Amino acid sequence: MIRINITSVFVDDQAKALDFYTEKLGFIKKNDVPAGDARWLTVVSPANPDGVELLLEPDGHPAAKPFKKALADDGIPFTQFAVDDVYTEVERLKGLGVEFTQDAVDMGPVVTAVFDDTCGNLIQLATMK
Amino acid sequence: MDGDLFKAIGDATRRTILDELTEKDGQTLFEICGRLTMKHGSTSSRQAISQHLAMLEQAGLVRTRRQGRYKFHHIDTSPLRSIVERWPIDREEPNP
Repeated sequence: MIRINITSVFVDDQAKALDFYTEKLGFIKKNDVPAGDARWLTVVSPANPDGVELLLEPDGHPAAKPFKKALADDGIPFTQFAVDDVYTEVERLKGLGVEFTQDAVDMGPVVTAVFDDTCGNLIQLATMK
Repeated sequence: MDGDLFKAIGDATRRTILDELTEKDGQTLFEICGRLTMKHGSTSSRQAISQHLAMLEQAGLVRTRRQGRYKFHHIDTSPLRSIVERWPIDREEPNP
């Protein structure tokens, strides 16, 4: 049966991204393999270390940066992570200096917030009710 | 200017945008789109909402602010003052 084993986010600097995604967001480094002039660099959630990996992928392709910029200009997050409680997580991350473009908002079936991952992306946090 | 103002508030979607900015001032286009879709069942596209915002901005009811790479929309209700200046609202008669 087909399943999702990896998903990716385009980052402008892999070392910086690894710091942010592990130290601020709380992911754990899973794979770090040299690949040409970059790294095959993935992180996982401590809640599911054998689950879906997030690839911190270099945004070197000429199409990647304009794409990221166009999304960020309109405040559109590139992807979404789940948390137990968005309100608590927003406070925790703000305490670590993370910048939000949208505070926690009750959208009906879901509470969401949006932060800047410092690597060129906006990321949405979500708690389904 | 008056024409822009009355045209701007003559549309239900644009009034809802102003309602949501009243609830929380300073929103990205994405947040406004999310609120309209999730809270109000709007089927308007992002482009349509962007155009609504442009009309509100032209009427002076919305102002945009750039912060870093992001653009936030703020409500400015001061143009509405021209309505009550043009047609003053009587004070209610005090109860006897």
